[in-house]
Amino acid sequence: MSSVVLVLITGLGVGALYFLVASGLSLIYGLMNVLNFAHGAFIALGALIGWEVAEHTDAASWWSFLLSLVVGAVVGAAFAAFTELVLIRPLYQRHIEQVLVTVGLSFAAIALFDGIWGQDLHSVKGPAWLDEVTVVAGAHIANIFWVLIVAAVLVLGGLSLFLRKTRYGKIIRAGVENRAMVTALGIDVRRAFTLVFSIGGAAAGLGGVLAMHYMTGVTPEIGSSLLIFAFIVIIIGGTESLVGTAVASVIVAVLQQFANTYLWGTGDFIAIVLLPIVLLLRPSGLFGKRA
Amino acid sequence: MSAATPILEVEHLSASIAGQQVVEDVSFTVPRSGVTALLGRNGVGKTSTLRGILGLIQRRGIVKFAGERIDTMQTYRIVQKGIGYVPEEREVFSKLSVAENLELAERQKNPHREFVARLFPDLVQRRDQQAGTLSGGQQQMVSVARALLNDNQLLLVDEPTKGLAPKIVNEVADALAAASKTVPILLVEQNLEVVRRLADRVVVIVGGRVAHVGDAAATLDDADLVRRLLGVHVGDSAHGGIAPARNAGEGAEGGQHA
Amino acid sequence: MIAMKLSFDVLRKSGPFIIGAVLVIVMALLPMLNIVIPGVLPGPTYQPGSLALLSLCMVYAAMALSYNLLLGTSGLLSFGHALYFGAGAYGLGILLSRTGLPFWVSTGVGLVGGLALALLSGAVALRTVGIAFAMVTLAFAQTGSLFVSRSSSLTGGEDGITVNTMNVPAAFVGILNTKNLYWLALVVLVLVYLVALWVDKSRLGHVAAATRENELRLRVLGLRPFTTKLIVFAIAGLMAAAAGMVYLLLQSGVGPKAVNYDLTVTILVMVVLGGVGYRWGAIVGGFVYTLLDQRLTALAQSDAVDSLPAFLRVPLSQPHFLLGIVFILIVMFSGGGIAGTVDSRIRRRDWRRAAEAALPRAGGDESVARPRLRP
Repeated sequence: MSSVVLVLITGLGVGALYFLVASGLSLIYGLMNVLNFAHGAFIALGALIGWEVAEHTDAASWWSFLLSLVVGAVVGAAFAAFTELVLIRPLYQRHIEQVLVTVGLSFAAIALFDGIWGQDLHSVKGPAWLDEVTVVAGAHIANIFWVLIVAAVLVLGGLSLFLRKTRYGKIIRAGVENRAMVTALGIDVRRAFTLVFSIGGAAAGLGGVLAMHYMTGVTPEIGSSLLIFAFIVIIIGGTESLVGTAVASVIVAVLQQFANTYLWGTGDFIAIVLLPIVLLLRPSGLFGKRA
Repeated sequence: MSAATPILEVEHLSASIAGQQVVEDVSFTVPRSGVTALLGRNGVGKTSTLRGILGLIQRRGIVKFAGERIDTMQTYRIVQKGIGYVPEEREVFSKLSVAENLELAERQKNPHREFVARLFPDLVQRRDQQAGTLSGGQQQMVSVARALLNDNQLLLVDEPTKGLAPKIVNEVADALAAASKTVPILLVEQNLEVVRRLADRVVVIVGGRVAHVGDAAATLDDADLVRRLLGVHVGDSAHGGIAPARNAGEGAEGGQHA
Repeated sequence: MIAMKLSFDVLRKSGPFIIGAVLVIVMALLPMLNIVIPGVLPGPTYQPGSLALLSLCMVYAAMALSYNLLLGTSGLLSFGHALYFGAGAYGLGILLSRTGLPFWVSTGVGLVGGLALALLSGAVALRTVGIAFAMVTLAFAQTGSLFVSRSSSLTGGEDGITVNTMNVPAAFVGILNTKNLYWLALVVLVLVYLVALWVDKSRLGHVAAATRENELRLRVLGLRPFTTKLIVFAIAGLMAAAAGMVYLLLQSGVGPKAVNYDLTVTILVMVVLGGVGYRWGAIVGGFVYTLLDQRLTALAQSDAVDSLPAFLRVPLSQPHFLLGIVFILIVMFSGGGIAGTVDSRIRRRDWRRAAEAALPRAGGDESVARPRLRP
């Protein structure tokens, strides 16, 4: 019993991480048809700058932890906005070139991060409470998982409010459905592109800092491993709604944790194999919708 | 501005979708008042002409709006100049509510909400309903309403009565008639009864080029001419009964690549 | 006048063949020559260090050629091509250390295995198109990568495996025999090139190219794009496996980086750098990338770079950063890469000559349809 609870809650926590990364990817793909391979670089930069913040402040204090989250999100957003304005926008409507550019950016950026920070693990020690455990139904849950879950719920709530209540949110929802018609109403949809990239970058940067605390350290590779699971999440969850992304994140992560615990550590395999299976079952699904 | 210069001048407009030419060297003008109907058989490129004017598909040639060149402008800028667009397939945002659909279309401080509410009382009642769950006629009302909320100088209206029940056809035609009192309309319409009711002038496209321009009533009264240009007998059926001579082109529009 | 034009045409047609043959002969003779190319090669051409670097260039050139069959000929954007390279390298390495099979039998088994893997995974992946295809191939490669790092008893995990020299012909063992491996790499590169040429010129290649442009039309014509794409995909996988085997021998071993997603991206960068759709472009891309990568790494460790301020030193010391930037610039500003740029120069010059020779024939769209990056 307690091990099932453990798997469920850790799965929920890892799913929260996936959601933070996948929410931005999903919005970007839904609105712009760009599968953003540079998202891993956004995560890495957020995490590395978050590490710098922790290094230069009292990492064990809560205010330092919060500051690193805020700085990570801001840096992720700025990097993403730069990417959209400088690299994506000039290639308007040329989707394959846009994908290739994000591949190249990820390649170059991670090499640059290697140059600045090196490839070794930079460890971090956050507030002591994160390492402690809370006992739920006999399961010992590390407190970092609660933080991950709370952060993801806050981001999900905030993004949903933004999409429902603000004009830009409505433009984004309308644009995901029919971008051409949005422009035919006299709306410059490209501003929404920059915005969506920034939001995605902020969530990725935040996710990066949290992933660093979860793994108690960071290397420039931190984003690449998360990215493939985020791809799986958006393929399963589709790009139609954020709630769909959230549900898919939890399904993938819980499945992964279950397989890791009960099926001889095959969680990663199973999660990755889900990707071709889902795509084959719905060949015209997510990625074929505008083919 | 003098009443003599047309609101829209189209000269040698060509347009293509995914490299395929769908409009070839079309020239015509739309005067500053009344309804100009753009006619032609299926697949002749009427919808593509409208989309080309708006820059929704690749186009070449000269398009002037109120004397100003708009043929290299981006779609949203063209629309901001004062053009309302009612697309062929309505294209309401199905996941958004009726109110949200209308809200997105508002471009000015004081949109004509009361005018639209008077025209389509149905929409006021259903303002919180998801647009995707509306009937075809109601969706068309949303689509027309989006174009009527602003002070436009021109409306581009594409097949507004297509697939609608006769009662709704009348309702939509009433709305367009009311609108045409204040704003010129370029109308693509297959239903010749509706054309007869609304249009002052007709521009007929044959084989991708303009073949005839003239007074609407006089043209429609000339049965021979109508048969030759449009391939239909006047009064064939309520919906114009236009022969499906060619059906390439227009179905596959979208101008996007996967 | 006509005679002049004729000889010109003959030159145009046979020119590339003559240039290619001369290049192959020169390459074949290099181990016996003492040529120094400062800044490009670490030493004279007969020395093992230079030969090893050139061999690596040829391995990557072969890999790039195989990738060009996917992206250039068929318009398939794969993120999993490293899988077949790794399968060749690991397959041969494991066969050599785990079985008593003779060397050439092992290579044969390895190639058949690579082909089977490509057929199997291709048959699944090609059910999808566009970005979905990219995702499925990525997933397959990732599975391979996970397998390699998890099954350490078989693959050596993170450490990789070293070649069991007992089963390798003596001619391919030891630094002094680098020149033999060099010739092996050259033979494999030439073979891969000839296969790529044959595919592109054959009916298969024409159908694949037509699929790239308009799949629907082919279906209407009753052709079977799936089978065509699968055959091209399998051939590309086979070539990659062959390149992987030479890599194994050359490096005396193989590590998990040979099945990595990063390797596929590296190959993609080579192909785009050289020019998507050009066979010789893929070769040039493979050479230029590998040489730049090596030379930039050497430069990064030089005193000149070391004395620079950090904001210059750090980016300059990361070859992949610089190559990534070059890749981005090519995608954004010149889709054609090196070969595309040279080709359009030549075309323009020829065009002018042709126009001068036959004045009245002005205008016309003579440009040959080259694949855009979009599949």
